[in-house]
Amino acid sequence: MKKIQKTLLTTALATAMTMSATAQASLSDDKVKIGVLADMGGVYADVCGPGCVEAVKMAVEDFGGKVLGKPIEVVSADDQNKPDIGSVKVREWVEKDQVDVVTGLVSSAVTGAVTKVLTANEKIALISTSASHAFTTKACSPFNAHWTYDVVSLANGTVKPMVQSGKKKWFFITADYAFGHALEKVATGVIKENGGEVVGGVRAPLGTSDFSSYVLQAQSSGADVVALANAGADMVNSLKTAAEFGLTEMADVAGLLVFTPSALALDPDVSAGMKLTTGFYWNMDDQTREWTKRFQKRNGGKIPAMGQAGAYSATMHYLKAVKEAGTDESKAVMAQMKSMPVEDFFSRNGYLRKDGRMVHDMLQVKIKPASERQTVQDLYTIEKVIAGDDAFLPLEKGGCGFALSQK
Amino acid sequence: MAEFLGINLFGLFGQLLVGLINGSFYALLALGLAIIFGLLKIINFSQGALYMLGAFAAWMALEYLQLNYWYALFLVPIVVGIFGILLERFLIRPIANEDHLYSLLLTFGIALILQGLFTDWYGSSGLPYAIPEELKGGTRLPFMYLPNYRAWIIVCSLAVCALTWFMIEKTKLGAYLRAGTENPQLMQAFGINVPLIVTLTYGFGVGLAGLAGVLAAPVYSVSPEMGSSILIVVFAIVVIGGMGSIGGAILTGLAMGIVEGLTKYFYPEASNTVIFLVMVLVLLTKPAGLFGKEA
Repeated sequence: MKKIQKTLLTTALATAMTMSATAQASLSDDKVKIGVLADMGGVYADVCGPGCVEAVKMAVEDFGGKVLGKPIEVVSADDQNKPDIGSVKVREWVEKDQVDVVTGLVSSAVTGAVTKVLTANEKIALISTSASHAFTTKACSPFNAHWTYDVVSLANGTVKPMVQSGKKKWFFITADYAFGHALEKVATGVIKENGGEVVGGVRAPLGTSDFSSYVLQAQSSGADVVALANAGADMVNSLKTAAEFGLTEMADVAGLLVFTPSALALDPDVSAGMKLTTGFYWNMDDQTREWTKRFQKRNGGKIPAMGQAGAYSATMHYLKAVKEAGTDESKAVMAQMKSMPVEDFFSRNGYLRKDGRMVHDMLQVKIKPASERQTVQDLYTIEKVIAGDDAFLPLEKGGCGFALSQK
Repeated sequence: MAEFLGINLFGLFGQLLVGLINGSFYALLALGLAIIFGLLKIINFSQGALYMLGAFAAWMALEYLQLNYWYALFLVPIVVGIFGILLERFLIRPIANEDHLYSLLLTFGIALILQGLFTDWYGSSGLPYAIPEELKGGTRLPFMYLPNYRAWIIVCSLAVCALTWFMIEKTKLGAYLRAGTENPQLMQAFGINVPLIVTLTYGFGVGLAGLAGVLAAPVYSVSPEMGSSILIVVFAIVVIGGMGSIGGAILTGLAMGIVEGLTKYFYPEASNTVIFLVMVLVLLTKPAGLFGKEA
């Protein structure tokens, strides 16, 4: 009898709690508003930009356009790769326009400034395209979710296997600003840990068009591998020059950050055989191809860069979490996001770690020669799938205060 | 390896040669600017965008018309030149008698529009363009590997520069041109069609930018930003050489390429500022530029 009573009581309590939860299922302003901040017309426009906006809109449509019965709205803005412009815009979004979450986020400098504003306002940042690993380590925040990749996963994916296979001597051609320095530092760490050495390097100003003098220096260094710690046009220009001066015949050239649009901008004769690491490749399996086909229709036929696929995945995960949590209150949503696995066309074996790092399988790929490409966009051969925990920096090593204290 | 005062001489020679290659490229671009300014007094800020247009036109010729590099090398400068002529005829001429600032702003606006359009059409990442088969490979010199294409850049730019200089400074046509811009009324009175000369000169100066674009397409990233990053350097070169001095632009272009090459060797971080440092020094000591005439 007592037992029945107890059961009854529990059921009643549980029901009451569920009821109150339903009653509380509320959105701050009767809608969920997603802001997409990216470089819309500058050097990084192709790696996120308008494509990220389309990807986010696509996620919203696929989700049904509504969450908890209320509409989902997408707004976007151009940060012009300038931290001041980005943070002013985001401040306006969260303080005046009731934006609940911001995604896109490309240049690490902009993301650094913007995440500070978001954290101060207790709003979530879904970082889709930035490279720096600071956002989940020394500059981490309970409101950051870093989705697609970071410098550590690139170094682990590309550098580690090469050093282990006996390519011990490295030379760096580094973009002379925060991103390049960070990439070089992390890669150097990986090289040394695995018994390799750095025999030299140059810091080339961002936007250098002629890399021939750096390539000559790399050639005379006697390195086994020349690492390109740069991105976009810098990467394209340096690789073109390396091939032209015959560097690719005497040493391996490793592109540490190669976005799909940059790989497409390279003549296959120049780029074939180069190994790189990516968070996503459109032609991996049926699921990625199906999504890409739908995305291409909205993106002028262009295949997705990894950040664009990441923006979709992050948005979808966020919306699912809002639905599950029954609110758009950031802390509750973030807790929900961290409790659910991230499994979709983009993310395999993914989960959002305590420090905000979305850990998922990374791909080690090789650029195909023209003869093996079925279409122009058939860029990579997948060589290896790297498990997320091997690719990203372990939580314990990151030094993210709030996440470590939660243990 | 040969060493001198702790400097690897082979490395140094390599850098000097690479500097010379870049210098010949700068010379070609600076030449176009110097002609347009020296003869027409137009500060043409769209030169960089037209250089970009040249590279894209080469890509389009190959992609859409299956015209290879060699056709592009001849056709693209003409097409870009005609585009320039249209710009001059319909946009620049109406404000020709206003202050220089107007043409500067107008051409700057044109440059931004062109860059924006190409970013919109082709994206910001750039397009692939292969080195023509005939010029692939290279020669092993004692101190470096010289790609054939780079050697071709030197030969082609220097030949065009020399020809242009000769044409303007030493031929009758060049004399008409210089006289026509010096004193248009008098030349008109002699029965010479000065507006036509002006239009053709502008077209020629712009065509040089188109040619530089074709030369650049196989070795640099063909992207909408390519013009704006190089334009400022080229302007600095024209200022150092003396605004409007044709020989000055060519020589300064070569010299600055070498200065930049050496900086890349000794202190790479400063390589994109060294030319401006030289510019400041020259302006302080010789305000009209190294080869300019005192106004």
